[in-house]
Amino acid sequence: MMNADQWIDVCTRADLVKDSGICVRLGNTQVAIFQITRGEQELYAIGNFDPVGAANVMSRGMIGSVSDEPVVASPLYKQRFSLLSGQCLDDSDVQLTVYPVRLLGDLVQLAAAMEP
Amino acid sequence: MKSNNILVVGNGMVGHHLVENVIKNNPEASVTVLSAEPRLAYDRVHLSEYFAGKTADDLALCDADLYQQWQVKFHCNSKVKTIDRIFKSVTTESGEVYSYDKLVLATGSYPFVPPISGGDQDHCLVYRTIEDLEAISVSAAQSKVGVVVGGGLLGLEAANALKQLGLETHVVEFAPQLMAVQLDAAGGDLLKEKIAELGVSVHTSIATEKIIAGDSCRYKMCFADGSELETDLILFSAGIRPHDELAKCCELEVGPRGGIVVNDACQTSDSSIYAVGECALWQQRIYGLVAPGYQMAKVAAAQLTQASEQPLFSGADMSTKLKLMGVDVGSIGDAHGNTEGSLSYTYENQPESIYKKIVVSADRKKLLGAVLVGDCSDYDNLLQYCLNSIELPDAPEALILPIAEGAPTLGVDALPDSASICSCHNVSKADVIAAIDGGACDIGAVKDCTKASTGCGGCSALLKKVVDTTLEQRGVEVSSDICEHFAFSRQELFDIVRVEQIKSFDDLLDRHGKGMGCDICKPAVSSILASQWNEYILAEQHVPLQDTNDTYLANMQKDGSYSVVPRIAGGEITPEKLIVLGQVAKKYDLYTKITGGQRVDLFGARLEQLPPIWAELIDAGFETGHAYGKSLRTVKSCVGESWCRYGVQDSVAMAIYLENRYKGLRAPHKIKMAVSGCTRECAEAQSKDVGVIATENGWNLYVCGNGGMRPRHADLFATDLDDETLIRYIDRMLMLYVRTADRLQRTSVWMENLEGGLDYLQQVVIKDSLGLANELEKQMTHIVGAYQCEWKTTLENPEALKRFRSFVNSDEPDDSIQFIRVREQISPRSTVVASEDEPEKELA
Repeated sequence: MMNADQWIDVCTRADLVKDSGICVRLGNTQVAIFQITRGEQELYAIGNFDPVGAANVMSRGMIGSVSDEPVVASPLYKQRFSLLSGQCLDDSDVQLTVYPVRLLGDLVQLAAAMEP
Repeated sequence: MKSNNILVVGNGMVGHHLVENVIKNNPEASVTVLSAEPRLAYDRVHLSEYFAGKTADDLALCDADLYQQWQVKFHCNSKVKTIDRIFKSVTTESGEVYSYDKLVLATGSYPFVPPISGGDQDHCLVYRTIEDLEAISVSAAQSKVGVVVGGGLLGLEAANALKQLGLETHVVEFAPQLMAVQLDAAGGDLLKEKIAELGVSVHTSIATEKIIAGDSCRYKMCFADGSELETDLILFSAGIRPHDELAKCCELEVGPRGGIVVNDACQTSDSSIYAVGECALWQQRIYGLVAPGYQMAKVAAAQLTQASEQPLFSGADMSTKLKLMGVDVGSIGDAHGNTEGSLSYTYENQPESIYKKIVVSADRKKLLGAVLVGDCSDYDNLLQYCLNSIELPDAPEALILPIAEGAPTLGVDALPDSASICSCHNVSKADVIAAIDGGACDIGAVKDCTKASTGCGGCSALLKKVVDTTLEQRGVEVSSDICEHFAFSRQELFDIVRVEQIKSFDDLLDRHGKGMGCDICKPAVSSILASQWNEYILAEQHVPLQDTNDTYLANMQKDGSYSVVPRIAGGEITPEKLIVLGQVAKKYDLYTKITGGQRVDLFGARLEQLPPIWAELIDAGFETGHAYGKSLRTVKSCVGESWCRYGVQDSVAMAIYLENRYKGLRAPHKIKMAVSGCTRECAEAQSKDVGVIATENGWNLYVCGNGGMRPRHADLFATDLDDETLIRYIDRMLMLYVRTADRLQRTSVWMENLEGGLDYLQQVVIKDSLGLANELEKQMTHIVGAYQCEWKTTLENPEALKRFRSFVNSDEPDDSIQFIRVREQISPRSTVVASEDEPEKELA
């Protein structure tokens, strides 16, 4: 869907919900974007598909931290995923895609996923 | 192969316990039970609760299903008439013959009726079986005055029953004091005083000579001293006599004053025949309590099943602790100081009506016995000293003195492994420790595998201490911290929020926590904030705290779609509103199902469909049903007196009132209620957190019941309440639960974990023992006043509505949510269903 180093506008700052998630759609891919007000990094983006519950719901999960690592818990069965690596903390076999995300002025931009 | 048919005669508490232990030792055992009674074993210890609203079923210890599951054959109404020891068979009154290899006599005892002239008339009754209680009920309905003959433990319970039935009640006792077996004279006198204060007239040192026709009442009792007492109903409770007729018939050895003689293995003089419980005589002694009976049952069961371990019966401790008409009474060991050289210490507090005495050995090193009246809080401690011969402190009187500086409470560490924790089920400290080492890691699991504290429940506090201490010693951290972000329990967090007036999670985290929070502490704090301040839960600062369902005010289903449940208070709905539900469901093509809580659930709404669906529902007069919240769900009701031929109160009106009062109250877990319009209980109120059942005089309140995974019958909390008192009690109880329960702890588990349990809860709610009632009611009034329909608020708030979009960069519906049609309605596409007549069905 995207080329590396190519940033795509997906929404604006006004679409974000503080300490919570939103979902953007790029073709057939759904990406969850989280804004975190505590901590150094403000925005995180991961795939919206929960591989455990098999539904597109990650953007509706709850933000938190495990020993200072930012995580999101799936709203279906509560598995926690690292927002830094996409790794599931409760099942080492499960991983989500992490997308580079940034704010450019008021624009929220995504780039292609890095190979894990 | 050696056949081993075990035949058990009698199915009282001890007979049932024997069967249970035989099956436990050997699930293949061939067991047949013959009972003279019309029903299987029930709890005679709590018989008086029958008058407080419990039914025969509530008191049952087992039922036909359980015995069938155990493959135990049983016959009720089968009284055994003779035993043929040579051919090893018994014959019942109806002529049925059953053979045995081993026979167990668990025939129990019968109430002794003194041979008084006129004592055999229609309204002269006894107090032993459910049938007796039924007869008492019938007689009481035609009586104004009742007399209990006998001031022992059972006699006083019977007197309480008569009083509850509304009779003017008297107790007549031959001895100079009440409970002469368990109490000393001073204790007996205080008990008499306290019981008289409760409106029961007590006459001691008085002997009944004859019962003749009365003038103002049905009967007149004439006493040896010339005095008289008029009464309509007489209950004899003058001790028990063993049912040993069968043993006498077949020439088994019986004691000179009755009782089937048994040895330490509970064997009678015929080695194929055992006797257990109140019909058995061990060392010239009959034990009229259930705990020794249970021990005998265990001993006999081990013999019958040739178990690897064969315990012997070695007598039993007859110490008792009980509440008689609300008066605490305890008796331990040698209460009368009969041991040679024994000394005693007494403490008497007349203003508060408390009497305590301890009896110690001549060298003052050992506790021999104790009497407690009016305050039993020292009972557990004293009992352990006595049973385990633990050396007394230098000043033994400190054990019964109130709040003495540094009073030497016995730590559970000091208890030997053999210390009995639960005497009902004979569970020792070693058994509890073994259970923990075997993997039980909390009090519930320990109860499950040892049965400790599942009998009378009197040992629950002690059991908890042993479990906690053992876990700590095993290095299991019994941490009550809610999670890594807050070093506090939920209750502590609640107090912090309340005292420091904290209104947001961020504020609480800054002041008392660390990190960013998580899916444990955030919803818990959100619930606390809502219970305390009741602000709109989707306000900007609260949105990130909400759990899956709360965060979009709907219930997320497996495919990421939502279900919608409007409130239908009490299950009452107009045809117009019912039509609207149908129209909305049809318009948005929602799967429609009736819930167990008497309302309608609409499934399959996508995130962006929730606001328009709710707009239509609210237009039609609906409001949110909080099906998504840890909050009041529904108040189920039966149709009540307006329509039902049996109803005695308007259960629907009460249910609607309760539902509207408590809707929106956020709690540690969901809360369910029900109101039944009569004792038939069609609303199943006894399976709810709060259950209300109508009586002729008002409402009976039941609390802390549960259905679901861990069913629990609710406990009867208070009876015959008027509307106002009912609401006040529910207000207090719910708010106490909200403040003190753990996260995700239902009321049932909450109460089981409350030290003091039901009794404590009644003290706090009814008697206001903590002086909290006013504050709890005020808090509830605040919550009720701050109610808002969260969906109505959301629809009026454009910022909040922004979040109800599947994608922020597209208005297209989320095409990953797909449905198939099953039985004419939608169903998530990924669901594999076995339905043959649905051609559209496809599998993911």
